[in-house]
Amino acid sequence: MSDKSAALLSNNFIYSAMALYTLAFFTHAVEVAWSVKTPAASIKKTKLDFSRTERVGRLASSFMILGFLLLLAAVIFRGISAHRVPWGNMYEFSITGALTFSAAYLFGLKKYKVRWLGLPVSIAVLLTLGTAITLLYRPSAPLVPALKSTWLVIHVSAAIISGGVFLLANCIAATYLLMDRYEQKGSRPAWAQRLPSLEALDNLSYRLVALVFPLWSFAVIAGAIWAESAWGRYWGWDPKETWAFITWVAYAAYLHARVTIGWRGRKAAWLCLFAGSTFLFNYIYINVWGTGRHTYSGL
Amino acid sequence: MSTVLDSRSFLRWCWRQLTSMKTALILLLLLGIAAIPGSLFPQRNQNPIQVREYFTNNPSTAAWLDRLSLFDVYSSPWFSAIYLLLFISLIGCVLPRTIEHLKAIGAKPPLTPKYLEKMEYFTEIKKVDLDLVEKFLQKKHFRIRRDKLSISAEKGYARESGNLLFHLSLILILIAIGIGSLFGSKGDAILNVGERFINTPTSYDILTFGKYQAEDSLSPFSITVKDFKAEYDPITNAPLDYTLTVATANPAGASEKTEIIKVNKPFTYGSTKIYLQANGYSPVVIIKDKAGKVVFNGPTPFLPQDGNLTSIGAIKVPDMNPQIGFVSSFLPTADRDPVRGGFSSYPEVLDPRLLLSVWQGDLGLNTGIAQSVYRIDTSKMTRIGLKALTLNESYNFGEGSITFTGWKSWVNLQIVNDPGKGYALLGAILAISGLLISLFTRQRRIWVKQGKKTQIAGLAKNGIPGLEDEINDLVKELSNE
Ligand code: HEM
Repeated sequence: MSDKSAALLSNNFIYSAMALYTLAFFTHAVEVAWSVKTPAASIKKTKLDFSRTERVGRLASSFMILGFLLLLAAVIFRGISAHRVPWGNMYEFSITGALTFSAAYLFGLKKYKVRWLGLPVSIAVLLTLGTAITLLYRPSAPLVPALKSTWLVIHVSAAIISGGVFLLANCIAATYLLMDRYEQKGSRPAWAQRLPSLEALDNLSYRLVALVFPLWSFAVIAGAIWAESAWGRYWGWDPKETWAFITWVAYAAYLHARVTIGWRGRKAAWLCLFAGSTFLFNYIYINVWGTGRHTYSGL
Repeated sequence: MSTVLDSRSFLRWCWRQLTSMKTALILLLLLGIAAIPGSLFPQRNQNPIQVREYFTNNPSTAAWLDRLSLFDVYSSPWFSAIYLLLFISLIGCVLPRTIEHLKAIGAKPPLTPKYLEKMEYFTEIKKVDLDLVEKFLQKKHFRIRRDKLSISAEKGYARESGNLLFHLSLILILIAIGIGSLFGSKGDAILNVGERFINTPTSYDILTFGKYQAEDSLSPFSITVKDFKAEYDPITNAPLDYTLTVATANPAGASEKTEIIKVNKPFTYGSTKIYLQANGYSPVVIIKDKAGKVVFNGPTPFLPQDGNLTSIGAIKVPDMNPQIGFVSSFLPTADRDPVRGGFSSYPEVLDPRLLLSVWQGDLGLNTGIAQSVYRIDTSKMTRIGLKALTLNESYNFGEGSITFTGWKSWVNLQIVNDPGKGYALLGAILAISGLLISLFTRQRRIWVKQGKKTQIAGLAKNGIPGLEDEINDLVKELSNE
């Protein structure tokens, strides 16, 4: 297969993955809508009956899985077409990031039963892929010499995986705050009743962060090792490095706040959102508008 | 007397505040926030040119920003203050805990509490022999305290060990950074292909030393640039690979060895590393005066301006009277554009052009102010000529002539000595290991107490899951007997 046709194939996989995420989005929406209508008897019952929505929910999850597989194929063929790992510019970061984000979701689905997150996750993946293929698209090309390093592969894959999980934790923290607001005002609306309890949400986002914090630390260190071999210093306070550090410190503060001072709930959720937004800021702002040595990725 | 006591208790109070977890958290957040301005304002040590531009564009704001060290954030007093305080807080927090933790090695778990009913997990089963419980818990590697009517068991001691290892490693990393900045050196040297570099302070274009590194401590090697090859993608013009071939000798004068240096593959002498940082072209010209005497003959490094190596530079001839300077551009593959004028359309030398404007007057080399080698201050000069030269073409500018005879590649070698690097890496590896140990060790306690029935209770630190299963296992095992 020629490089060109591999790149083309990759693009087609992206479009098909987007189609599946759109399907997943709609089925998740139907699931949410039905769960609102389901309990005709809900005035009396305190617990709602969700058996009708279960099947739709399963269907939505299958779409998510298929979408993930297509996206995986897209990323692999992108790599084949460029003869390297597919993370050399922002288009490729975005599709790989969307891949790890949905992988993090599927992991959560298996381990923590977070199907209720499917709606925001499918929207987020769709938006990311849509932006990537329209605004950020670059033809497949080899890397500039400084990016040719095994440490780049290790550093970027660790960073992208951590990013996916951080964003998932952020979705959960945001859900926490929303549910918290509903409960402050009275009770949750019907569609939100089958979401986990506040405490469970709080613990879930903490657990995800605690799980990837070491990986993120490792990503930062791998980046430092790469910088040392490419630029002669392992740390230079380049904007990208600075924000990676800020994210690291923010999540460390979050872990401390929870573990050693015992912050729970609202305060912890806000801190988690803050830490996650430093990651997003680094990815979007510094990549697009920033200066410094990390910006030569041709966007 | 009492003031002594007061001030001592005040100091103790300060110390306790500083090493409290809340202060650490605030310092940690502050450190993150303090790092932000450095990514928003240009920094002197990374981008001196942008800082200078900032000063020319907004002189009054710039002066204020400078007073707040916003152009040198990471070496500013306030940034240093935060991380020093964090460092002290970390030591004050972690060292006592480490000592306590070491003392507790081999110690028994704490006594079984009086009332187990209030614990996170609590069940009662029919009375069983405590020996069975002990055997089960031993098999599961719990540390056990056996009393007459109760067992107190604990597992996951490694959590605290990992946590301490992590924090101690952070201290190691901070020390390593300190060693690097106090005892290291870092310099740049620009060399044309064919030239030789000897590692002494005068050979560098720029050289900075750590506070405590002696100037004569540079290791005495030499590097001769034999060859430099750059490969480009013919479609995107992007660089694909750079290969620098050098001959090295240590000490200078010893027999030479050939080495290859690439962008991600520096060459190493002990703790000194030599990096290929940048490259460009040096056009070679011969300049003669009116009498036909050669006053200049050789390459001059030009500074690349874009990916196609459109390069600018200055050829200065102080030996002519009055002095002559050429403000010039070098185009490896010449092209023209009505807006931009001459530019290069490919980074390799396919159709070279040397664009010159000739200036006569005072080059200002004796003012004592350091000058850029790529620029000429033409404020005390007048322009006497303008010309674009093709290869081997000559131009007579009245006061003499210039001939464009060829070009060489130059490379920028960065030579870095950071003796702290190895410790930083060690610290990083230990920190990650410590983190993994502490975050994935589940610390929990199980108590078993004899009353009318056998009571079983458990407690997991931070509500980590898995304890329930463990207790269920225990209950199942006991009811099977
Ligand atoms: C650069 C700064 C720091 C970072 C990145 C950091 C990071 C961490 C992390 C990741 C944990 C593990 C949390 C968990 O078990 O889930 C932790 C725990 C802890 N940290 Fe820090 N820390 C820092 C500074 C400090 C300082 C300055 C102190 C002391 C004042 C401190 C005291 C502690 C203590 C006592 C724990 C134990 C929590 C527990 O398991 O009970 N840390 N830290």
